[in-house]
Amino acid sequence: MATIESSLKNMLLTLFVITAIAGTSLGFVYKLTEKPIAAAKARKLQAAIKEVVPGFTNNPGDNVLEVTSDEGLPIKLYPAKKDGKLIGVAVETMTNKGFGGNVKIMVGFKPDGTIINYQVLEHQETPGLGTKMATWFKTDKGNQSVLGKNPGKNNLTVSKDGGEVDAITAATISSRAFLDAVRVGYETLKKNEAKLEEGGAK
Amino acid sequence: MNQWKNFTKGFFKENAVFVLLLGMCPTLGVTSSAINGLGMGLATTFVLVMSNLVISLIKNLVPEKVRIPAFIVVIATFVTVVQMLMQAYTPALYNSLGLFIPLIVVNCIVLGRAEAFASKNSVGSSIVDGLGMGLGFAMALTMLGSVRELLGSGKLFNYTIYPEDYGMLVFILAPGAFIALGYMIAVIDKMKKA
Repeated sequence: MATIESSLKNMLLTLFVITAIAGTSLGFVYKLTEKPIAAAKARKLQAAIKEVVPGFTNNPGDNVLEVTSDEGLPIKLYPAKKDGKLIGVAVETMTNKGFGGNVKIMVGFKPDGTIINYQVLEHQETPGLGTKMATWFKTDKGNQSVLGKNPGKNNLTVSKDGGEVDAITAATISSRAFLDAVRVGYETLKKNEAKLEEGGAK
Repeated sequence: MNQWKNFTKGFFKENAVFVLLLGMCPTLGVTSSAINGLGMGLATTFVLVMSNLVISLIKNLVPEKVRIPAFIVVIATFVTVVQMLMQAYTPALYNSLGLFIPLIVVNCIVLGRAEAFASKNSVGSSIVDGLGMGLGFAMALTMLGSVRELLGSGKLFNYTIYPEDYGMLVFILAPGAFIALGYMIAVIDKMKKA
């Protein structure tokens, strides 16, 4: 099919030209999509924060506090304020104890530590079992729900471990991981509360 | 060559999934729901059409001995373009397809069509071939995704058909993909012979 001889010079030249064109066009598309990608990510973050701590008027993404938990996990704290007053904190927390690795969730806490809402951001749990965590712990059925509970006062572990939360049927490990992420988030929040207030004063 | 025949061969006679059994990795991996199958199929279609187009254009300029690396660079470029576009404009779909988007590069169908068709045929025929093969692949993935979603979680394109509690979980998991695909191949085979 090729009419050009496979000499070293020809091969080098062809591959060089092809990779140069490919590289240039990719750079162009990257520039083109750079902003929409960043905007889509920011929108997703904003939507997640809005769901877990509704009613804020500031932009929590601007005042984010990035800290490390006692376990060495990176945790992000987004203070949500209404008219300059702290109404809650969206905590982007995670655990590495999931069934399929890391579980990343966003939990909204009131200033006193009560859970407002949560959203699951990233996980590799079993589809149909562990993935139910996205809605399970919000459903008001038996002792499933963690909304309105306070990790400082309530024992938020699965009932099998002596806690007061019903685990997802057939997904105890995923349930433990979820509650562990909540615990990590809460503890990190409590440890850094002072810093959060400071940041608010600026 | 008859262009209509060229176009339709990707759907039945030479369907990549049901007949050629190519590209099994994304087929089994992403089809846990109909929308995932459709998204993956359309992304692959775009890559197929664009890479067939470019490869049929440059086929006489590439020395024989480096044609495979040259084709792979062309394919990889379009896959990266698709990946960035999806990340920018359909972030939800991008998240659920995840790793499988970059894997289109090594999808045998794409390189297979480049090598077996685009490098030997005219630009027009190559585009039609890419479109037919790609849409045939998308159709197969959507069908498989629909069957798995319906049996596994009681939904179709995210609309609930019956309560999820009655769904057979196995169809969402990997073994279900094999079972569903096996039965679908059997049915298509029977239809072809009849």
